[in-house]
Amino acid sequence: MPDSRLHGSPSAEEWTAGAQNPKPMPPKIVISNVAKVYQGRRQPVVALDRVSLHVDEGEFVCVVGPSGCGKSTLLRIVAGLIPQTSGEVTITGGDRGKPLHSLVFQEYAIFPWKTVFENVVFGLEMRGAPRAAREAAAQDWIGRVGLRDFADAYPRQLSGGMRQRVGIARAFANDPEVLLMDEPLGALDAQTRLLLMDELLRLWDADRKTVVYITHDIEEAILLGDRVVLMTARPGKPKATFTVSFARPRGIEVMASPEFASLSYRIWEALRDEAIASMGIRTVGGGRRGMETRA
Amino acid sequence: MSGEARDRLLAVGAPVLLIALWEGAVRVGLLDARFFPPPSLVIATFGRLIGDGTLVRHTVVSVVRVLGGFAIGASSGIAAGLLLGTIRPLRVALDPVISALYVLPKVAILPLVMLIFGLGETSKIAIVAIATFFIIIINTTAAVVGVEPIYLEAGRAFGARRLQMFAHIILPGALPAIFTGLRLALGTALIVVIAAEFVAAQQGIGYFIWFAWNTLRPEEMFAGFIVISTLGILSYAAVRWIGHRVMPWQEDDRTPEGRIDHG
Repeated sequence: MPDSRLHGSPSAEEWTAGAQNPKPMPPKIVISNVAKVYQGRRQPVVALDRVSLHVDEGEFVCVVGPSGCGKSTLLRIVAGLIPQTSGEVTITGGDRGKPLHSLVFQEYAIFPWKTVFENVVFGLEMRGAPRAAREAAAQDWIGRVGLRDFADAYPRQLSGGMRQRVGIARAFANDPEVLLMDEPLGALDAQTRLLLMDELLRLWDADRKTVVYITHDIEEAILLGDRVVLMTARPGKPKATFTVSFARPRGIEVMASPEFASLSYRIWEALRDEAIASMGIRTVGGGRRGMETRA
Repeated sequence: MSGEARDRLLAVGAPVLLIALWEGAVRVGLLDARFFPPPSLVIATFGRLIGDGTLVRHTVVSVVRVLGGFAIGASSGIAAGLLLGTIRPLRVALDPVISALYVLPKVAILPLVMLIFGLGETSKIAIVAIATFFIIIINTTAAVVGVEPIYLEAGRAFGARRLQMFAHIILPGALPAIFTGLRLALGTALIVVIAAEFVAAQQGIGYFIWFAWNTLRPEEMFAGFIVISTLGILSYAAVRWIGHRVMPWQEDDRTPEGRIDHG
């Protein structure tokens, strides 16, 4: 398989295997018609309604939506942590021995009883990577997130932002095919978030892994993503997709551009109805406006 | 004077003042010396009983009973609690039984335990083991069930298998609450051993206090109280010390309570 990681958009890379047989590169993640129905107290609750989504190799896709739209549920299904009611998820593996996916949770999901080093090495240790290799990888990633001096510290000795650096290093060090992130910056204060977004961009740029990133923050989604997928209120399904075309490597300065503001506004316009719907409020004359590109 | 120095003075001065008041009250006849012997006499008696080895002998006997029973009750209680916490059907099946037995005061079954194990050491160790077992199994089960789901999810997300989950996530996640159970159980072990020695022993600190009552020597009773209080403090400190060793990631002790008014 050729290395397509350096390409950002799918259109840029039509992989030709043999001269007479042009074939498009298959998507890294294929989510087709995934539905999730919970058994509620009185009636079944549809959390996800036939979600289909393709993510290309090396693509950074952000999923935004109102709270309770099932975006975290979708991510957990992709991660194989909970079973879907119907539909299918396929992740194309490349290297054997590499895990398919690693998750970044919110910052309180790192283990308080393990040191920074023990947290970061956890995934490699669980899948039995050789000691020397896993320790080198963990030290490398601890250095890359700027925690070299804190390798032996326990999480309680760290700030929230430092803890989430541990969470990020834990996932990156595991060297997965796909990174899945569930509102990783959701519990942090505004300044720490900005700093970590910048850092995430830098870390991701080093090897441009395929990412699915869940957030409720539109600006975070635009800054980080190649594509922003907007989900509807429950039952959740993709409502619209927005392509983000800022050049890579990208930094926080793109937030100052008028394009950023206008895209942010367009996404908010589309999200607003869903946010209102998720709160159970009826707007006067509140028909849903037609949206741009359907996913 | 700095706030800290003042606090220390208060903490040391208040008990000293209280003891002085007690001494004075007995001397002027406000307190009946038959029930509340003057502290000077209590301290002198305590010194004499330590000196002639009486108190030490009884204390050692009680401590051996407590440690023996506690070791059996704690190890079996933790093992059973870990099983119950991780295996749901087992928990559902046994929870009502354990809860019912838990609320039964263990002193109440002392006669039954003596009937089964006789009047020797075994019955004393057995009653302590039973009392600690129920406290620890309940606390350990709750500790395992109470491990934050996000840690379990993170463990599974990184591919931990059953035994790895147990060793890396469930056990360390449950340890703080298990230690709370151990501390509670050790306090109860002291109570139970004293009660057992009141009625069914020829040695031990409980027997010593009971004997002092029979022979109308209140100052010896008070000497016994000093021993029991010291044992309580030492056992609490020991569990805490072990806790710090086993769980180095834990918060250091919080500042003492009631420190709100340092304005």
